[in-house]
Amino acid sequence: MQHLLSAADLDKESAISLLDLAEDMAETADRPHKKLPALRGRTIVNLFFEDSTRTRISFESAEKRLSADVINFSAKGSSVSKGESLKDSAQTLAAMGVDAVVIRHGSSGAPHLLAHRGWIHVPIVNAGDGTHEHPTQALLDAFTLRRRIHKNHSRGKDLAGVRVAIVGDVVHSRVARSNAWLLTTLGAEVTFVAPPTLLPASADSFPVAMVTNLDEILRQRLDAIMMLRIQKERIQGAYFPNEREYTRVWGLTADRFGALNENTFVMHPGPMNRGLEICSQAADSPSSTILEQVANGVFVRMAVLFSVLTGNEEL
Amino acid sequence: MAARNVLQATDIQRALTRIAHEILESNRGAAGLVVLGIPTRGVILAQRIADIIAEIEPGVHVPVGALDVTMYRDDLSQTPSRVTTPTRIPGGIEDSTVVLVDDVLYSGRTVRAALDALTDAGRPRAVRLAVLVDRGHRELPIRADFVGKNLPTSHAERINVRLVETDGDDLVQIAGD
Repeated sequence: MQHLLSAADLDKESAISLLDLAEDMAETADRPHKKLPALRGRTIVNLFFEDSTRTRISFESAEKRLSADVINFSAKGSSVSKGESLKDSAQTLAAMGVDAVVIRHGSSGAPHLLAHRGWIHVPIVNAGDGTHEHPTQALLDAFTLRRRIHKNHSRGKDLAGVRVAIVGDVVHSRVARSNAWLLTTLGAEVTFVAPPTLLPASADSFPVAMVTNLDEILRQRLDAIMMLRIQKERIQGAYFPNEREYTRVWGLTADRFGALNENTFVMHPGPMNRGLEICSQAADSPSSTILEQVANGVFVRMAVLFSVLTGNEEL
Repeated sequence: MAARNVLQATDIQRALTRIAHEILESNRGAAGLVVLGIPTRGVILAQRIADIIAEIEPGVHVPVGALDVTMYRDDLSQTPSRVTTPTRIPGGIEDSTVVLVDDVLYSGRTVRAALDALTDAGRPRAVRLAVLVDRGHRELPIRADFVGKNLPTSHAERINVRLVETDGDDLVQIAGD
């Protein structure tokens, strides 16, 4: 694996190998000494053009657990606010001799530009680009699901027959897109549930089913329900009448959560708008995987960084 | 490419039995022993050695595990890495005598990586090394405490260790260049 730009680039075999590697990374977290020397002497830049606390901290922990040197770059207060282009930022980093770039950008496709334009010749990891993809989030979601289902026997397993509903602001969600590709690749059945205004325009563009009625989906057998954050910063204009209306029709309310099968996992990529798309009862329940998702994010990102930086041929 | 058989199944069995006796002799019994194999074939050999120890000293249980060294290799930036395997250390290694087991001892770099990996797992009282084949050509000041067979080789030759569990039969071969 040279870069990780899109979850759609992963075939089933390489996705499972990455998840298995993440299992090995997870085991090291229980040891007295958690740090591995694998990426000692390598420099990784976290190039964040968009605000992010969780993803950046998760990547930074993963990098430090692997003994890499970390440089954090955030656009705010940097040369970017003085008008520097992506090309110039990339060439500057190349000139400094960094070994890998983790990039988050508000524009879809920015990681692809970085990987393919020849400005910099190092592995690129997509940490979220616009409304396009967020592959490491999908990997950690798949990892979390697989661990909840198969527990200690997760290695080598796929997600065949697992039914997942992804609910909410699908059209603005790179998490939904990456999950649609990766979970389907691993054999799961994915359904997007959202108001018509927040569903992708074409039903053919994703390997998923799309519906608008949440209650109908909840009556079916469901292994996991993934609530998406209403991305107020990306929503301009009227996609739904008001927040109360949204919660009433598409939110995981206390009533809906109470009626949910207790074996259905409740997932959320965070940060949550409690009371809007998800109620506190659901978020804080034993069915909730939300904190596991955060913990697993570090292991999955360790696996990705190790793979791109050591050129693991089998991935 | 001509391959010459150097150890048959019975030779391997005898070598492992002798190594098990030597381990018990040098440790004065099985107390505090932990046998850790280096994947892939070292893990199998570690299990066999522990089984033989259990036969020699009935009622004694020696913890057996696996120690993956991939993350600790010194050639990660030069050669594509191998796939990692789980590390299993039942009961931990604190204050125990760890016997590392591998199939072939060559440059010594795998053992160096294993020593680093052990450091991160705890502080054993002592670490010993058992190998089925020592083929020479060390690049580091490392030697084995227990050796099944010394096989002087040239760099161009390859040692193939085949074990029933992974390869269907027990055999050690030298393959020419």
